[in-house]
Amino acid sequence: MKPTLSAKSRLCAAFLLAATVVAPLSADARNDAKKQVEFGISVAQRGLWREAIYRWERAAQIDPSYAAAHNNLAIAYEHEGELDKARIAYEKAIELEPGNAMIKQNYELFREINDRTTRTKDSQ
Amino acid sequence: MTGRLALKTASSVVAGLLIAGCASYFEIPIETPIKPKLDVSPFQRVLVAGFISGGSEDVDGNLETTRLLRSQLRTKSELRVIDADVLPLVTAATDSTGPERPAGEARPATDAKEPDIKDDKDLEPFEHLFADVEYWKKIGEEYQSPLIVTGTIMFTPQTRSGFVQREVEQFDSFGRRRVVPVRTYQERKGFRLKPKFVFIDGRTGTTLYSESFSEEILYNANQTTPALSSYFELMDRLIPSFLNTLSSQKVKGTRVLLQ
Repeated sequence: MKPTLSAKSRLCAAFLLAATVVAPLSADARNDAKKQVEFGISVAQRGLWREAIYRWERAAQIDPSYAAAHNNLAIAYEHEGELDKARIAYEKAIELEPGNAMIKQNYELFREINDRTTRTKDSQ
Repeated sequence: MTGRLALKTASSVVAGLLIAGCASYFEIPIETPIKPKLDVSPFQRVLVAGFISGGSEDVDGNLETTRLLRSQLRTKSELRVIDADVLPLVTAATDSTGPERPAGEARPATDAKEPDIKDDKDLEPFEHLFADVEYWKKIGEEYQSPLIVTGTIMFTPQTRSGFVQREVEQFDSFGRRRVVPVRTYQERKGFRLKPKFVFIDGRTGTTLYSESFSEEILYNANQTTPALSSYFELMDRLIPSFLNTLSSQKVKGTRVLLQ
C-alpha cells in the first residue's frame, strides 16, 4: 500500500471532483435560467414586455451562454424601440448559436428596420 | 469495436434530434417604434410650400405632392398643417440669383411659360433656392415660423426591354399541376419617381434636413396604366419614410421567441 497518491492520481481525483461539482452547478444555472425564460415568454405573450425584459435579463445573467435568453431579450428591446441594445443581444445570441436559423431570421428582420432608421442622410 | 462506435454515433444523433425536437419556439407579433429623424418639438405648424417638379406632363408633381403630403400630415402628424397657396418656386428660383450661379451667367427662362424640366439636370439651376436663407426666412415670417417642407419632384416615363422571369402554370399527362419559371423577352414601360424632400426651419431659413428617394414601377407594354395611378403607387411606398422624418412610426412584424 502506497502512503501517498501519485501526482497523476491527485490530478485525476481533482478533475473528477470538479466534474461532479461543476456539472450539476451549470445544469442548475441552465434550469434556473430556463424558468426565467419561460416566465418571460408567458408575460410577453400577455403584452407585459418590461417584465419580460427583466426576466430575460436575469436569465442571461444566470446563464450567459443561453442563446434563447439573448434572442428573446433582443426581441423585447426591439419592441421597446431600444435598437442598439437589441442589436447587441442578437449578435450575442448568434455568437452562441451560429447555426440557429430562427435567431438568424429574427436578426435579419431586425436589421431591415434598423437599416431604415440609420439610413444615410443628405444633410442635417 | 466498429459496431459499438456506430451504436454510439447513432444514439448521439437520436439524442440530438430529441433535444432539437424538445426545443420550443413561439411566434410573437411585435411593433417596433421608430423615432423621428428630425426633432420637430420647436414647431407647432408645418407649411408644405410646394415643389419644383419636372418630367411627365401628365402629372403635376408640384400640386399632387403638396396635396398628398398635406393630407398625410393632417392625419399622421401632430403638427398643424397650414393651408396656403402653393408657392411659385420656379419663379422664385429664377428671380433670385443663387450663390452657386456666378453673376452674369444666363438665368433659366423667365417667360410666363413654365420652363421645360425634363430630367435631373434641368432641375439643377433651381436647386440654389433651397439654400436661399433670406427667401425662406421671409416665408417663415409670413406664416409665423413654421417648419417648411419643400424640395424637388422628378416623375419621368421609363421604357425598358429585356428578359423577365415569370411563373407559368403547366399540367403534365396525368393532369398534375405545376408552376415553372419561364424567362420571356418583354417590352416594359412605366415611371420613375425621384423626390427630394427639404425641411427648412421657418425661424432662420436654414435647411434642417433633406432626403432623396428613387422608386420605379414597370408594366407590360400592352398594359395601360394612367400616369396618376403610377404616381400615387410610387408615392405610397415613400410616404412612411417621409412621415418618419417628422413623427414616430410603428413597424409591425413577427419574431420567434425561443425556450
